[in-house]
Amino acid sequence: MTPDLLPLSQVSDALAARTLSPEALLEASLSRIRSLDGKVHAFLRLTSDEASAAAKASGQRRAAGKALGPLDGIPIALKDIFCMSGVETTCGSKILRGYVPPYDATVVRKLKQAGAVIVGKLNMDEFAMGSSTENSAFGPTMNPWDLARTPGGSSGGSAAAVAARMVPGAFGTDTGGSIRQPAALVGCAGLKPTYGRVSRYGVIAFASSLDQVGPFAQDVRGVALLLAAVAGFDENDQTSSTRPVPDYAKALDLGTRGLRIGVPREYFGEGLAPEVEKAVRGGIEKLRGLGCEIREISLPNSPHAIATYYLVATAEASSNLARYDGVRYGHRAQATQLLEMYERTRAEGFGAEVKRRIMLGTYALSAGYYDAYYLKAQKVRTLIRRDFDRAFESVDAVLSPTSPTTAFRLGEKMDDPLAMYLNDVYTVPANLAGLPGISVPCGFDSRRLPIGLQLIGRPFDEETLLRVAHAVEPAGHPLPPLVEGR
Amino acid sequence: MAIDRAQVRHVARLARLALSSEEEERFAAQLGHVLEYIERLQAVDVEGVEPLGFAGDTSAAAPLRDDVVRPSLPRETVLAQAPQQNGEAFVVPRIIE
Repeated sequence: MTPDLLPLSQVSDALAARTLSPEALLEASLSRIRSLDGKVHAFLRLTSDEASAAAKASGQRRAAGKALGPLDGIPIALKDIFCMSGVETTCGSKILRGYVPPYDATVVRKLKQAGAVIVGKLNMDEFAMGSSTENSAFGPTMNPWDLARTPGGSSGGSAAAVAARMVPGAFGTDTGGSIRQPAALVGCAGLKPTYGRVSRYGVIAFASSLDQVGPFAQDVRGVALLLAAVAGFDENDQTSSTRPVPDYAKALDLGTRGLRIGVPREYFGEGLAPEVEKAVRGGIEKLRGLGCEIREISLPNSPHAIATYYLVATAEASSNLARYDGVRYGHRAQATQLLEMYERTRAEGFGAEVKRRIMLGTYALSAGYYDAYYLKAQKVRTLIRRDFDRAFESVDAVLSPTSPTTAFRLGEKMDDPLAMYLNDVYTVPANLAGLPGISVPCGFDSRRLPIGLQLIGRPFDEETLLRVAHAVEPAGHPLPPLVEGR
Repeated sequence: MAIDRAQVRHVARLARLALSSEEEERFAAQLGHVLEYIERLQAVDVEGVEPLGFAGDTSAAAPLRDDVVRPSLPRETVLAQAPQQNGEAFVVPRIIE
């Protein structure tokens, strides 16, 4: 196997051993993007010039024995939600077409400081609203395992780029499952850290009490290396935690013997595809064989999670997206009156799903409905969090499917918003409770579409999640036919 | 829970969104469908339960920094992104005659 097809941690080892140079690695990455992205459409734009300069500088550091760390020289791509100085950032929306941020998001700054080579910006559902990447204003992304199917969303470009081996690692955001669900649907690992673990400064806001930044890689060790590079307190994000950042990769070597894994019965009910259940149960048996204690648990309020989420997230989005008014940046419609200018700018700039969610959120916050909808949802959110608090008194991690089905067809759910929302049934609770969650591959269905297994952990206990995920992940990382076919 | 087109128009005005009549019709149906699903929350007993607005770290929350003046972006850099500006300010359609 050529070195650039290896999972991230092994690419890192090859760079450290100097059997691979950052320049050659970047060339391989760009070459694969050029040959495959016409079919996959993971990227919205490349930053080839900046990447070439970064790879060259990295090569010099590596040659001088002065590497900045395990990511020095590794090509990384970013969901187009991260502001990057001097590089157009659209968040998948027409309303931000042409917007060039004058500063770097903290995550971008930290990646540059770690020596990572940023190769481009990735496709996404507009403003991260969606579960299929079909809501991008710039066209959908296709699943590398089957080009007629979606890679999930909203970070579908990030997941597809990693699955198609265009880059060893990528970053996305997860408000209701937008990292874990696409990771599951393309067969890679994707982590949503604890709320407050990674700074959101410079990350375009969707629902601020839920949004969190996280990494994608083929391997769990790669995910651990990426998380370590971006986690930690940032004075520009008041919600970020001052807790020290552990050595996540080191935690993988601790093994899983004696860990107690909770399996919530509510996550194995109606709507779960039998082949997905079978593969997830296979993962459970693997952990049992490795010395984990498996306990059936109950999270009784989880059936309320989707309804709660679609009130909280849309209410916050309606407020966050009020800033797109055609005054300071982005699109402006021609109009002679100010109110008309606002209304037409937003009508022209936003796509259907974004409008729908702004409408729902505005309705939920409007006079006479606040108590019945938004406040009620915030109270149910407390009950959902309490379910997890109680569960973590007797287990160390909660295990479930990531998504009820494998990748669905492009267009299949576009006319039915509720059916699309129900895709997130297993991922949304972790966001509402502020907990870390990871999706890791656990097999394939009969169509050879990947299946993901989710682990949810205690606040700031990403180490246990990574340990268990590493124990579950397959020994090899199969290539999609698209990549094998070259 | 049904939602009629007058309600859709009211909410669209609050949200500063101009909707076509086709959108009004479609959103009335789709929002009604979603609200119907959300109605299930009304059956949940939340008597005495406090709302959860912040699910983050309360034990190691960010400390307050000193209130001192620090550099910010230059004015021309910020104005450069505006659809219309005059070198000193953002320009919008006239609102006062």
